[in-house]
Amino acid sequence: MKIKQISVFIGNKKGRLAMVTEVLEKAKIDIRALSLADTADFGMLRMIVDNPDRCSAVLKESDFAVQETDVLAVEVADAPGGLHRILKIFDENDINIEYVYAMVEKRRNAAAVIFRVEDYQKAIDVLTKNGIALVGNDSLKK
Amino acid sequence: MIWNKQYESMNPSDLRKLQTSRLQNLVRKVYSKVPFYKRKLDELGIKPDDIRDLSDITKLPFTSKDDMRDVYPYGLLAVDQREIVEVHTSSGTTGKPVVDAYTYNDIELWSEVMARTLSMGGVTNRDVIQNAYGYGLFTGGLGVHYGGRKIGANIIPISGGNTKRQLVIMVDFHTTILTCTPSYSLYLAEAAREDGIDVSQLSLKSGFFGAEPWSENMRKEIEEKLHLKAYDIYGLTEIIGPGVAAECEHQNGLHIFEDHFFPEVIDPVTGTQLPPGEKGELIITTLTKEGTPIIRYRTRDITYLEPGACSCGRSLRRMHRLLGRTDDMLIIRGVNVFPSQIEQVLFEIEGVEPHYQLVIERQGQLDALEIQVEMNERLFSDEIKNLEKIEQKIAHKLYSTLSIHARVRLVEQKSIPRSEGKAVRVIDKRQI
Repeated sequence: MKIKQISVFIGNKKGRLAMVTEVLEKAKIDIRALSLADTADFGMLRMIVDNPDRCSAVLKESDFAVQETDVLAVEVADAPGGLHRILKIFDENDINIEYVYAMVEKRRNAAAVIFRVEDYQKAIDVLTKNGIALVGNDSLKK
Repeated sequence: MIWNKQYESMNPSDLRKLQTSRLQNLVRKVYSKVPFYKRKLDELGIKPDDIRDLSDITKLPFTSKDDMRDVYPYGLLAVDQREIVEVHTSSGTTGKPVVDAYTYNDIELWSEVMARTLSMGGVTNRDVIQNAYGYGLFTGGLGVHYGGRKIGANIIPISGGNTKRQLVIMVDFHTTILTCTPSYSLYLAEAAREDGIDVSQLSLKSGFFGAEPWSENMRKEIEEKLHLKAYDIYGLTEIIGPGVAAECEHQNGLHIFEDHFFPEVIDPVTGTQLPPGEKGELIITTLTKEGTPIIRYRTRDITYLEPGACSCGRSLRRMHRLLGRTDDMLIIRGVNVFPSQIEQVLFEIEGVEPHYQLVIERQGQLDALEIQVEMNERLFSDEIKNLEKIEQKIAHKLYSTLSIHARVRLVEQKSIPRSEGKAVRVIDKRQI
């Protein structure tokens, strides 16, 4: 139930992020979720797209440093406490979270949140045991 | 293969005798033919007869780059202009250019020393030389050309630039020898990889790289990426161009063609001659050049003379690979450092590619050095903390090895300009 995330290194220069979106537009790639983490020196753009393989390829062709990483897309109830419930379950089960960001699409009455965790299998087991749904690759494709 | 055993393996005492008589002839010639040198010698009260021994060379004045610039274009000519068959100049980016004017015999000399250079790396008349040094006023292109011609190799005079075509030619003509700057060779390797060319299937055997300082680690990169043996060659426009010194197969220092170019190493501050093994500024005297002979030229290159003999059989003394230039030296918060030292440290770190730049600024009262290192697939990690760790690792290694404080910043792939000639490594934004 892991899904592919595309990470792109963005140099600290004007117009670089716009360059990424231009490349994606030309390749007709749809962004589903996005996070831009920044440091003083550079930015790390993380995206969930509808076609991760093609996205990787076109960005690499434009000389961007790109990596594909496995992440989990977890369904979260779209109400106060929705995210808290997930985080509590992770804490109680010692699941270490690297980073988190939210997903654009709403599924039914839930939001989806992207997690990168240290131990995927454990996270999947624990979530399933607690009746929490994961969003799969197929639902992301158009 | 030794091109000219008679001179390259000459018995050392015969060599010294030869050098002594050539030095005496040189001083006699410039005293009578070159007003610039007559004036300098008269100022010191030196007459040509005062030169009786090689050690008397220390009585002679130095010649600096500014001296040469001041007499541009023909102030150092020792022959009638009619005898000059070719001129080369330096780029002139930092002031008036310096001129090297060649007589017919000087071109023969150049061909000879370049034939020696290329033979040291195994070039024969069966080889195909792809000469990507610039042809024109720059001495690299024609220097290699003349040496290759003397050997009888097949020379492809492609000059620099047009990387796509370089690769097509390399494949189609089965190039065995590549000659260009070390930074350009890596640019070619990168382009080959991008074009999907399997370099191990090419016919490349050796490469002769010079015109800019390059580290041992850069040599390893070049050899790995281009599947050839990479030789260091040394020369400078003021003396003859390439062909002043070159590595033999042992690659343990560069043999100086001292039957023609007499070397000394001096303390750049006091001017005193230093013994073998001691680092200082390389000084070259042209013993046989006719057009523009030079006495004790201050090269501003830092090296030392290697003590002892080389097992290749040549008696020509060796100099260590260049350690830097007196004017390349950076002083960052009072610590002396050469860009080549920084390069050496960078390449010891797994994954770092040879695309970097040093940017120096003044922040308040202190110098600030920023080292920009290009991102690449090997270094990249999705986790920011890993990238920050790399930046810190590099900074820490620089501090522990060189005692310099530097901020390290990862920049995007291809954001550092590639060079077709000498790479620009340092951007010094400090106002003097």
